[in-house]
Amino acid sequence: MMDKFTTLTAIAAPMPVENIDTDQIIPARFLKTIQRSGLGKSAFAAQRYHDDGSEKPDFVLNREPYRKAEILITLDNLGCGSSREHAPWALLDFGIRCVIAPSFADIFFNNCFKNGILPIRLPREICESLMEDAQMGANARITIDLENQIVQRPDGSTIAFEVDNFRKHMLIEGLDDIGQTLQHDSAIQSFEQKRQRDESWRPTIVMETVS
Amino acid sequence: MARTLFDKIWDDHVVERLPDGTCILYIDRHLLHEVTSPQAFEGLRMSGRRLRRPDATVAVVDHNVPTSDRSLPIEEPESRLQIETLEKNVAEFGVPYFKLRSKDQGIVHVVGPEQGISLPGMTIVCGDSHTSTHGAMGALAFGIGTSEVEHVMATQTLLQKPAKNMRITVAGQVGPGVTAKDIMLAIIGKIGTAGGTGHVMEFAGDAIRALDMAGRMTLCNMSIEAGARAGLVAPDETTFAYVEGRRFAPKGEDFEKACAYWRTLATDEGAVFDTEVSLDAAEIQPNLTWGTSPEDVIAIDGIVPDPAQFNDPARARQVQRMLDYMGLEAGQKIAGTRIDVAFIGSCTNSRIEDLRAAAAVAKGRHVAPGVRAMVVPGSGNVKAAAEAEGLDLIFREAGFEWREAGCSMCLGMNPDKLTSGQRCASTSNRNFEGRQGPGGRTHLCSPAMAAAAAVSGCFVDVREMA
Repeated sequence: MMDKFTTLTAIAAPMPVENIDTDQIIPARFLKTIQRSGLGKSAFAAQRYHDDGSEKPDFVLNREPYRKAEILITLDNLGCGSSREHAPWALLDFGIRCVIAPSFADIFFNNCFKNGILPIRLPREICESLMEDAQMGANARITIDLENQIVQRPDGSTIAFEVDNFRKHMLIEGLDDIGQTLQHDSAIQSFEQKRQRDESWRPTIVMETVS
Repeated sequence: MARTLFDKIWDDHVVERLPDGTCILYIDRHLLHEVTSPQAFEGLRMSGRRLRRPDATVAVVDHNVPTSDRSLPIEEPESRLQIETLEKNVAEFGVPYFKLRSKDQGIVHVVGPEQGISLPGMTIVCGDSHTSTHGAMGALAFGIGTSEVEHVMATQTLLQKPAKNMRITVAGQVGPGVTAKDIMLAIIGKIGTAGGTGHVMEFAGDAIRALDMAGRMTLCNMSIEAGARAGLVAPDETTFAYVEGRRFAPKGEDFEKACAYWRTLATDEGAVFDTEVSLDAAEIQPNLTWGTSPEDVIAIDGIVPDPAQFNDPARARQVQRMLDYMGLEAGQKIAGTRIDVAFIGSCTNSRIEDLRAAAAVAKGRHVAPGVRAMVVPGSGNVKAAAEAEGLDLIFREAGFEWREAGCSMCLGMNPDKLTSGQRCASTSNRNFEGRQGPGGRTHLCSPAMAAAAAVSGCFVDVREMA
């Protein structure tokens, strides 16, 4: 069960960069964990820390007020590369609940929803304006209203966004989609039975033959 | 209505279409490895759910494993824990598993096709973006996150909406010294790393038909680098000849039945693609990357771009940042750039055909002074086949390291890593900052080009080495 997502009023961190890949969000050397939690301290490690572990003061997430950012705004193709769900886990563990970009890589986009992070696609000009808002500091909070599909800027103006209805419902209710799919178990079973009956040539992988 | 290869595979796997268009899609094969599965097994355990189809699931260790002497224990405690966790999980849930010290172990995307586990017409998923590799079989294969791994474990399905159809036609034939890797780098250079977003990318045209299965796997492997959900090549006689006789492939009469079905899968005449791209094979040169995104491609006779040539200031800044990171000057020739490391391996280019191509260049030559060159076969079986042909001797005599199968230096999470500032000619798939180790500088290229760079000490045109 993940946390429900309804509305969020928070500090947004601007990262005006394209093609931020999941290796940047969480480098592979941190993927050796067998848990989902604890990755926030390693998010963006290469950009955030010097080799000796001290912080690079210029990096946005090392600066006030962005240390407490819950929204991240970037340029195109956010989350390209590896399918590692450690990327949204790291963002979530840092405190990010919403990512805004002109476009996203497909797998990362999917992975965000599965972890209660709302990815919002907005045109590049709007992302750039939101990044300007974000640079106004701690008072410049941005509000995300998922129910009404609206982003509210610090000046009160609003921007509508699109979201898939099914995914919106899952986020608002904090639902686990395995449970949802298992409600269709009889359909899955009949699919499997039909396969076995009509296409018996389809091979299976039998345990004792594997080394 | 005329349908594409993707449409046909999709339609054959829809269990149920929900009112909003989301489909419950049946999954034929689920491949597991040690990095993206532990949290999914833990999820099953905590919810008291069973693994629905162990007989459609297979596991292997690849990302974390050292590629040095396998008789020694794994030194790195976190890597060891991840591997032991997988071994505990496969035992508990009854998952077929290729053990670390088996000759069948290897990179999951090499092992699947090699064992006949990945077959045409199937849906294949794995918690790894390079699952797109298996699209070379004519299977719909794509990477998923760990939540979806758990979803497949519990339900043998995924919730998906259909992708858009894209066709990439490579007409004509490539010239000598130009490989599948060069074709794919040309495609990514042309359409960019987001060019395929939302699409399944079918590769077509004479240059694709002429590729062997290893070449098709290289293409499909990197379709994710073009942002595509999956890559596909229609199954044909080359595919069937590859599949026949493999361990888990259908046999005898079943194989005939399977082939009859597989022959129906090719895209129908007149099927409409949402996006069409075409390239002329004859124009493709041996390519390599200069920057930190796989779309930063130039031919071996090309020059490194100048930030000043870009009108978009954000792009100009990014190019400058990449040049700084890569230690390159705007306008310099890429040929002649010195390297420190050559890496031949990864799920992109570690099959026997790749090793043959590299060995043909290495034979009778020697790795340049100051260069570390390593060859990492994609599986124990690839290694054995190469040794049977004497390729290991060619490599060893030429001063290359001959290693055990694994992901190795592709991703910097096992002992094989670049150190900061090292420049690498790499047959892998991603040149992201830090991908092969913090501060490492990656140039993606073909196995023949990597071998040529290893023996020359710098990038050279492999066509001039005959």
